Amino acid sequence: MKAAPFEYSRPADVDEACALLAADESARIIAGGQTLVAMMAMRLARPTRLIDINRIAALSYIRDDGETIAIGATTRQCLVERDPLVASKVPLLARAIPWIGHAATRARGTIGGSLANADPAAECPLIAITLDASLSYRADGQTADISARDFFIGPMITTLPAGACLTGVSFPVWRGAKVGVGFHEVNARRSDFAFVSAAAQVELGDDGLCKRVAIGVGAAVDFPMRLERAEQQLRGSALDDAAVQAAVTDALADIDPLADLHASAEYRRRVAINLAARAVADARAHAQGSKNHAH
Amino acid sequence: MSEAPGRLRYVSTDRRVREDRRFVVGKGNFVADVSLLNMKHVALVTCPYPAAAIKSIDKSAAMAMRGVHYVLDGRELAEATLPLMTGLDTPNVPRRPLALDVARYAGEWVAAVVADTRALAEDAAEKLKVVYDKLPFVLDAEQALQTGSALVHQAHGSNVLLDKTFVWGEVDKDFADSPRHLSLRVKWGRSATVPIETFGVVASWDPWREILDVWASIQMPRYADQIGIALKIPVSAVRVHYDVDVGGSYGVKRGIKHTVLVGYLTRRLGFPVRLIEDRLENMRGGDAHGPERLFDVDVAFDDNGIIRSMKMRALENVGAYAGRSPFQLGKPVGAIVGPYKIQSVQYRAVAVVTNKTTQEAVRGFGQAPTNVAIERTIDEVAHALGLDPIEVRRRNMIRHEEFPYTIPSGTTYDSGDYHTVIDKVLAHTSYEDLKKERDRLRSTGKLAGIGITACLEPSGGNAMFEALINPKITTTTFMDSCRIAVDGMGSITATMHTTSSGQGHETLVGTVIGEVLQVDPDNIRVTRPDSLNSLPSGTPVGSRMAIMLGGAAFHAANKLKTKLTTIAAHDLGIPLERAAYANGEVYDRNAPQNRRTWADLVQIAHRNFHRMPSDMEPGLAVSHVMQVPTGGTLPTADGRVQMYPCTSFEFHLILLTIDPDLGLPEIVCYRIGHDCGTVINPKIVRGMTMGGVAHGIGAALYEEFAYDGEGQLMAQSFMDYLLPSSHEVPAVEIIQHVTPSPNTVLGQKGSGESGYLGAPAAVANAINDALRPLGISTNTLPIKVSVLGDMIAEAQEKAQEKAQANKGH
Amino acid sequence: MRIELNVNGTVRELDVEPRTTLLDCLRDQMALTGAHAGCEHGVCGACTVLFDGVAVRSCLMFAVQAQGSAVTTVEGVTPGPGELSQIQDAFCETHGTQCGYCTPAMILVAHALLANNLEPTREDIVEAISGNICRCTGYAQIVEAIALAAERLRGANRPSELRK
Repeated sequence: MKAAPFEYSRPADVDEACALLAADESARIIAGGQTLVAMMAMRLARPTRLIDINRIAALSYIRDDGETIAIGATTRQCLVERDPLVASKVPLLARAIPWIGHAATRARGTIGGSLANADPAAECPLIAITLDASLSYRADGQTADISARDFFIGPMITTLPAGACLTGVSFPVWRGAKVGVGFHEVNARRSDFAFVSAAAQVELGDDGLCKRVAIGVGAAVDFPMRLERAEQQLRGSALDDAAVQAAVTDALADIDPLADLHASAEYRRRVAINLAARAVADARAHAQGSKNHAH
Repeated sequence: MSEAPGRLRYVSTDRRVREDRRFVVGKGNFVADVSLLNMKHVALVTCPYPAAAIKSIDKSAAMAMRGVHYVLDGRELAEATLPLMTGLDTPNVPRRPLALDVARYAGEWVAAVVADTRALAEDAAEKLKVVYDKLPFVLDAEQALQTGSALVHQAHGSNVLLDKTFVWGEVDKDFADSPRHLSLRVKWGRSATVPIETFGVVASWDPWREILDVWASIQMPRYADQIGIALKIPVSAVRVHYDVDVGGSYGVKRGIKHTVLVGYLTRRLGFPVRLIEDRLENMRGGDAHGPERLFDVDVAFDDNGIIRSMKMRALENVGAYAGRSPFQLGKPVGAIVGPYKIQSVQYRAVAVVTNKTTQEAVRGFGQAPTNVAIERTIDEVAHALGLDPIEVRRRNMIRHEEFPYTIPSGTTYDSGDYHTVIDKVLAHTSYEDLKKERDRLRSTGKLAGIGITACLEPSGGNAMFEALINPKITTTTFMDSCRIAVDGMGSITATMHTTSSGQGHETLVGTVIGEVLQVDPDNIRVTRPDSLNSLPSGTPVGSRMAIMLGGAAFHAANKLKTKLTTIAAHDLGIPLERAAYANGEVYDRNAPQNRRTWADLVQIAHRNFHRMPSDMEPGLAVSHVMQVPTGGTLPTADGRVQMYPCTSFEFHLILLTIDPDLGLPEIVCYRIGHDCGTVINPKIVRGMTMGGVAHGIGAALYEEFAYDGEGQLMAQSFMDYLLPSSHEVPAVEIIQHVTPSPNTVLGQKGSGESGYLGAPAAVANAINDALRPLGISTNTLPIKVSVLGDMIAEAQEKAQEKAQANKGH
Repeated sequence: MRIELNVNGTVRELDVEPRTTLLDCLRDQMALTGAHAGCEHGVCGACTVLFDGVAVRSCLMFAVQAQGSAVTTVEGVTPGPGELSQIQDAFCETHGTQCGYCTPAMILVAHALLANNLEPTREDIVEAISGNICRCTGYAQIVEAIALAAERLRGANRPSELRK
């Protein structure tokens, strides 16, 4: 399992990386490589040139931008996992990251890599969708933004333009006093790709009712999805179990779930409902008990 | 035991395993570490279809690539070599390293590219143009049995390689006389023990010495023989280097097709050739899959749960070719009734070919799947009668005082104390408390179950299943050997004559010899010569090495002890009976101050011929070649035969929960009672059992070589073939018991398969106990999360509908 | 390509193809055969090395990418010829190895864990080795080895102000 031959470049900055990309349509960016190198070993990916952005310092950051927390594309997942800013301001991301692969893959894998790879079962895309994150990329010397909603369109398929390099992602911060999160994933072994995953973030008002809720489901269909219908139904409610169950069931009624070696379509639908409900319940409980330090 | 050991000094003590030293510093000698000057590398070209005729192979583009030396196809190889050795008498089902004219499974090797590096060989392999004509294929064993099925081997006329029925005892009468009957179908999914190191081999032909040097990650009996036969060279021209460390095998590292391939290439091309399978080659085409077996079991029993008779049909999906693997249907005959006093048995063994990857021997050689069939049946019998599953087992089990006990198929079990082992486990972990905990877990909304299994580990490798399954085979000799030499300065060197894959054999040999000679085992060098310098060895299969290598070392050491004592007696001028050996010295019992030290004896033997007894060879070199205990007789006309000399015993007790919404199982408590007779090295035996349990959990819950409808292996890499990590293996407590074997030198039995033989059955029983309140069951391994989840959901839905219906009227 | 690799404290200049993985470079060009290929797609962990002190899969990195970082292999944590580190000795004491193929990786993971945490719980140890598959031991004696090493390292003779 030796990769097919390729040229290797280590650009000094993002624009140089984009120029290399533009010059060769079979060139690819390499960041953590935890997915790409394996695909290359199996010769399922055969880039003619690898553009190594790992050491472009400007792409690795975790920054408090006030309304958002901005994370650079080449920031290692293990750094995000341990970061106190992320833990307090984007707790849903902090909750999900430990589920990515193993410590050894999080040591190299990057946030940008996971987003650009767009595996339907991956945690980062799910959190990005759930929190309405905004991704930024560089192409032709310009920086542009794209919402997560518009980014993931199919299994391993994104709307990142050809020749563009993802530069970062911004996660909105929820400022309420009572914000809670929930995350669940089911797989055969703890570190495998999820069969189904669910993420939820809840803000409770002073009256204890749901002021704001975001629910996302991963690995059920070709890309991570928001349960907007459920969110609409649950806003203003007490988030009691029956209401949550009904809302997520309704929101997932029409999906056409994936079926593969690991799980049937019916399993994915049924468990998506179950995990989404659990995630919302966890988020509610977390919000009830929380003293949110976000400000 | 042939010689009662008395108080043991080294055997059974907590000694370190000497092999560990080189492994913890990364200085093992694995085949990928073997590097020869001018060595070239092989990559394989594989067939993408489950069945296809090979119309043409265009090598030109590949041969034009940089660094490429040769492209070998099946036709050239077939003309120069004989087909690989098979176990059954099936001349129309030949097996070759490269497909000849027809490829019969997706992933079968069609051509081999030789290049300066593995990467260049892979580049060139992509450029080989092979034209195929697709052929009809069959994947399912039951379908393969039907007339009208696609034939995997046209010339064989059917897909059946073996269909043999044995009837031991009055089966029909016992069934007619029994008030109760039960039938069960159990499916063991295709899995294997999948070592982390793939198979690899380096071969180098020296045409002037006419020796083929072979280094391989090998665990196989008659390896050198098979190489010589296939390559049509004398076996004395084959030099297999046994000092290669094998990175795990558990049965599957048989690599004969890889070896014949590179053996041919090095002879043809004139330089050393290396083939290290990559993981994709290994999973699809390495021919290291394991059993895929369908059991139909019928039992006849009474209201007390006493099982009188059993019928079992075992249908094995062998894959496209068969080497030794169909014998995995025969080995369980030696323990076909498990630890129970079932008095008559009908056993039908059927092996069919399909267009799947070829199987190889897997740890236990068919015993683990068979134990699932037996133990699921025992549980269902208990459930049918409303009796406790441990109680039913106890009632049926052979009692301690009834050994040696001969089972209907002719094997005599040497010894056992099954009831005591169970007592010990339950004294350690209260069954009542476990049941209470199960009920408490159920009350929290989880599904929870207790899994029980009692089973045997036949050990010693008296492989009479060969002659039983294929009467043309008359092999009754199963050997192992040890040689000991004391050199001119008095240090001790022992040799063992096979490779090992982590079982600690060097430590075993040192410990046993040290025990006999009463010298520190750490001062005994143990080495592995090559096959031209070796005495016969049956290799580590059939959980045999403690018995056979331990036995050979014991006997050789005693020969040495006798020689030393005789030399001393002669030199002291005393009759032999007065000479006493202790701690490497010999003294006169009547006058202990008259003694000869180790150094004295070395001096006499090596340099003072004038002081030696007449008729004794000088020097201090001895050897022993041992036949397997209880071996040496062929099967009777009605198919009864003594198989393995010893039976170890294990009793598994598991508490398991299932999240009913997710179908996710979790083992909460794992106890195993284990009796393998005298334990030579406790660290080694414990490790074997722990590792076996992990393998068993993998087979029960995670591992499957699953195929899609198009004949493609879906689990081609470790992303889809799921190996248990430390998260998936719970803490296991082993409760050890010792019931010595009367058939071995120290009372030792084998333990190389322990844990694996019972864990899948125990997990299956636990899951079924957990599902019982829902009125559902599963007898298909592996028991996957999604399948469990769907089953539970369906049962809950039905229960709800029923409840609604009941309310409604 | 010409690169400089810092391996086990020594910097060496090497010629590598870009497609040569760090694993193959270590084994084939630097004679450091302790790291092993088990799957070459990043699942089994047998290829583990320390990269700036952190355990990573060397089969998932091209050697050219490793320039500028410090790589540690099992040879780099072995004190000297015939000697064993405390961790290696603990593995021998509990028999935390059988065939030896996954062992160098386990040793390095243990080193990385114990460099940061000398009081790991059983769960910490299980989590730390969960990215490394062993088919021989069932993990029990490996977990015991690491716990034993932690105990011994805790009791090692260090000035009191340096102990937590």
